[in-house]
Amino acid sequence: MVLIQIADLVVTAFPNGISHYLIGGIVIGASVVFMYFTTGQIIGASTALETTVSYYSKLKWFQQEEFISSRDWRAVFTVGLIVGAAGYTLVSGAELWVTEVQWWRLLIGGLLIGVGARLGKGCTSGHGICGLASFSPASLVNVVVFLGVAIIVAHLTELLGVVP
Amino acid sequence: MSRAGQILVAAFVGGIIFGVGLTISQMTHPEVVLDFLQLDDFGLLLVMGGGATVAAIGIQMGARTGKSAPLTGKKYGLRVRELDSDVIIGGAIFGIGWGVAGVCPGPAFASLGIGNYVIVWSIVGMIIGAHIHGFIKESRAN
Repeated sequence: MVLIQIADLVVTAFPNGISHYLIGGIVIGASVVFMYFTTGQIIGASTALETTVSYYSKLKWFQQEEFISSRDWRAVFTVGLIVGAAGYTLVSGAELWVTEVQWWRLLIGGLLIGVGARLGKGCTSGHGICGLASFSPASLVNVVVFLGVAIIVAHLTELLGVVP
Repeated sequence: MSRAGQILVAAFVGGIIFGVGLTISQMTHPEVVLDFLQLDDFGLLLVMGGGATVAAIGIQMGARTGKSAPLTGKKYGLRVRELDSDVIIGGAIFGIGWGVAGVCPGPAFASLGIGNYVIVWSIVGMIIGAHIHGFIKESRAN
């Protein structure tokens, strides 16, 4: 009986299955570990935003040594993200896919994500995966805050009838 | 190959693996992220939890060796940031954006690779956001 209840709960909580989420997460973790053992770098995707701006902005903030010294490999890593996603899509035979989320949501959301990730010293990868993996209290606080706020905002958006 | 070249190759390989993981887990789909945030599908927790668990095993082991990375000579350490009000305010702003768009930095780029060209809106937004943050830091320094 208990097992059936647990199975019901899993089906309700994960209507689209669990394996692709778990496997994807493990592969992401493997990438972090690979970068760590080869370069000693604990990666975070949002740092690449600032280091890319350092190529052209004269602003003193962007011209700091840490950005300039890491901007090349961070840009290459970002290109790798695109190539990896395209390669997997090609090999798995999946069709190309385009979101139906409206452009203004993508733009406004992106803008806030850019400010928030940098002010907050990290994003879903930097804090959510690598910071938590480092047992960093700041990352735990950051993750709890962004998860809580995002869940509220996503519900409000839905309540306001903005779909998709 | 020069050391700098080897680091670029490692970053390219690392990025590819990361991009494959994001694609397998469908984090490239804002709709899947929004499904989680609307509490219809808790899969995202498995992605973050699975990734953090694997990363924790590697990073915690590495940090205990006291050794340095072969390509950079950088000592194996931890990613620990100072906990201040910026971490909380930044997290809240990030959360609003994530809730509005269902997009975050890594998946935004990976999403380009699955053909989702309209995600460029988010990438442009994030770059503008990075500029705004630069101005905030600059005006604080003055």
